[in-house]
Amino acid sequence: MSDTSTIVRTVLEEHGRLAVPVTGLDDATDLYAAGLTSHASVNVMLALEDAFDVEFPERLLKKATFGSLGAIVEAVDEIRVDA
Amino acid sequence: MSTVAAERTLSERVAEIARDVIGPAAADVDAKARFPHEAFAALKEIGAMSALVPVEEGGWGASLAEVGRATEELGRYCASTAMIFAMHQIQAACLVRHGRSPVFADLRRRLVEEQLLLASATTELGIGGDVRTSSCAVETVGDRYRLEKNAPVISYALHADAIFVTARATPDSPPSDQVLTVCLKEDLQLEPTSEWDTLGFRGTCSPGFVLRSEGPLTHVLDDPYGDMSARTMLPVSHSLWGHVWLGIADAAVETARRFVRKAARSKPGTTPPGALRLVEVVTQHQQLAELVHGAAARFDSVADDDDVLTSVGFAIAMNNVKLSASTLVIDIVTKSLLVVGIAGYREDGPFAMGRLVRDAYGGALMVNNDRIAGNTAQLLLVHKD
Repeated sequence: MSDTSTIVRTVLEEHGRLAVPVTGLDDATDLYAAGLTSHASVNVMLALEDAFDVEFPERLLKKATFGSLGAIVEAVDEIRVDA
Repeated sequence: MSTVAAERTLSERVAEIARDVIGPAAADVDAKARFPHEAFAALKEIGAMSALVPVEEGGWGASLAEVGRATEELGRYCASTAMIFAMHQIQAACLVRHGRSPVFADLRRRLVEEQLLLASATTELGIGGDVRTSSCAVETVGDRYRLEKNAPVISYALHADAIFVTARATPDSPPSDQVLTVCLKEDLQLEPTSEWDTLGFRGTCSPGFVLRSEGPLTHVLDDPYGDMSARTMLPVSHSLWGHVWLGIADAAVETARRFVRKAARSKPGTTPPGALRLVEVVTQHQQLAELVHGAAARFDSVADDDDVLTSVGFAIAMNNVKLSASTLVIDIVTKSLLVVGIAGYREDGPFAMGRLVRDAYGGALMVNNDRIAGNTAQLLLVHKD
């Protein structure tokens, strides 16, 4: 598991308010089906920005970005490459 | 010009210069109250001084809306640079729209080729800041003009290639019968009478001078100044100044947004206290943006319609733009400062807002809002629509 993935899982556990523990999810699990609300996804994003010291650009502020652990990791890695 | 460069708009290119060249110098320009040389060297490189000159004469052929957007981009990074740019474009607009003789066509050619910087001397000592009256007058000596004006402020006078000067048409003319004379640098003598050490817009370098000039009579613009004022100066000034203030507001709002985001990040789940006030700030910012963009678009849509431009309703509308925009910017900047708090009050650090606050207060004072309100009050007595 990559460093990014570990931190993303920690952030999601803390701020995602999911109905199930994050440890039981694989990278492709639909987070919205797992109970992620749009309000919680904003908090997840803010916490990720703080944890990685990045800013999510406008183009990544869409539902799909937070659709799964894999999608979030991909987005964070993409921002960190750009930064 | 390469194809790629040609495809980019004036404001896009100006935005890039503003970010890379002008922003980094802005604090120094402000601290030393010095002319932003690096800004204008870069703007001249892309031919921005001839933005309003038609394409067939070698300029950008830009609309007022486009020049406004460029001005706004400058205002985000350095209000002094934006203000100088705006004031230059106001004179350029007069040259483009009112300079019909071959002499002025030649001056436009020089504006394109040499990227001249144009300034203006409109206010005069002893007339209380009313730019629509003059006490000095154009004297005619053979085929030459001669004039002397005691001007309490002439912005960037010492850096300009020409100064557009208002004066009575003849020594026998009444105060309101004015003409505009293009005084070239080589025809000018400037005797400083004061310093420029102000709260804001420090880089515009606008001390007072006794201006003396002598040159060919052909340098006096044909149209009466009153006409040029209504058709060009008034709408172009208020639109472009508005974009300067909008640029200041853009920067303040951006600072407040950055601050709130940072606060939110450190405590996800709790909306930071400044977030609600940010809503208020963003709402007012939208009002200002729509107002100012709308003013420029409105001018562009009637730019050749003299009936509209010289109507009472249009003059009132442009006065209103000035009054609203110059007060909104103060509101936006001071409320943004409340959002940012002490981090904005500091003169150091990434959220420092001191320069924005000082610059924001300039708008209501330059051509004082009370004077403009007085003018509108008079116009409203006859306005029926």
